[in-house]
Amino acid sequence: MPESEALHASHRLEYPYARSVGPVIGAFLTGLRDGRLLGVRGSGGSVIVPPTEYDPDTGDDTGEVVEVGPGGVVESWAWVPDPLPKHPSDRPFAWALIRLDGADTALLHAVDSGGPDRLATGDRVTVRFRPAAERIGSMADIEAFVPEGGAA
Amino acid sequence: MADRDDTAAAGDLGPVTTLATPIRLDFEFTPGVAQSRFLRGLERGRFIGQRCPKCGMVYVPSRGSCPTDGVPTTEDVELANVGTVTTYCVVNVPFAGQSIEIPYICAQVLLDGANISFMGLIQEIPADQIRMGMRVEAVWVDPDRLTPSLASVRYFRPNGEPDADYESFKEYL
Ligand SMILES: [Zn+2]
Repeated sequence: MPESEALHASHRLEYPYARSVGPVIGAFLTGLRDGRLLGVRGSGGSVIVPPTEYDPDTGDDTGEVVEVGPGGVVESWAWVPDPLPKHPSDRPFAWALIRLDGADTALLHAVDSGGPDRLATGDRVTVRFRPAAERIGSMADIEAFVPEGGAA
Repeated sequence: MADRDDTAAAGDLGPVTTLATPIRLDFEFTPGVAQSRFLRGLERGRFIGQRCPKCGMVYVPSRGSCPTDGVPTTEDVELANVGTVTTYCVVNVPFAGQSIEIPYICAQVLLDGANISFMGLIQEIPADQIRMGMRVEAVWVDPDRLTPSLASVRYFRPNGEPDADYESFKEYL
């Protein structure tokens, strides 16, 4: 390479943040680690998943923790044909809003349906957790949701 | 639920209270022709700057143009291996990923022949003995470990010359 030519290099900038999750999201993450999906009851009686510390409609404290799922309904979705390194799957998947059974709000996560022609709004899906030994209390403890009655 | 059986053990771990959320940016860096000449100089154990054809200022590393005159800097200038500490700070605070033992000194070093300083690590001197005007020299990595990166400069250290007169570097603070 002639000396006048410009150099080129790959760089990585990284900050190792850790955040305190608080009692409500902490309960949700503890549930994920334990293989359970948890929501919280809002002041109007609706079940919010993922849970919040305050009811988004009234601002009141939310109440009891409620187990939801493991199945749910796809409310909307977008297909990702070429996953990026940070995505939850290294093969094509859908980002989907999933309203879990017993919940009144939708959770955003990946659906592994095997193709965009095998997923439709209104489809029923169910959670697929990572193996217990790999779960740490993170959204990534959910590997993906899969079509109910058999993955693609 | 399918995983219920293997969750009993996980329940003994206690509640989750923190979440690791690293922020990462992977990017490709192209330093440009002028900075590439500086970096290739480092690969040879040399500081290479560039002189403005209009005002005569020597920039290191050069960005390829003079910020005052807006004209390209085309003349390469090899600078000395020695310079003057213009300002400095002593780092006493530990932080994640720290690779140097505290306390350590970060200084602005004005290389002889240059009209702009750059930041360098100062070693081989107790942190409380650093001072403005101190004369320092670059210590390089072993020749077979030189790369086109500032990592080729291990640090600067006092070279034993008398301190530079304040008048000689007051324009560079
Ligand atoms: Zn100039």
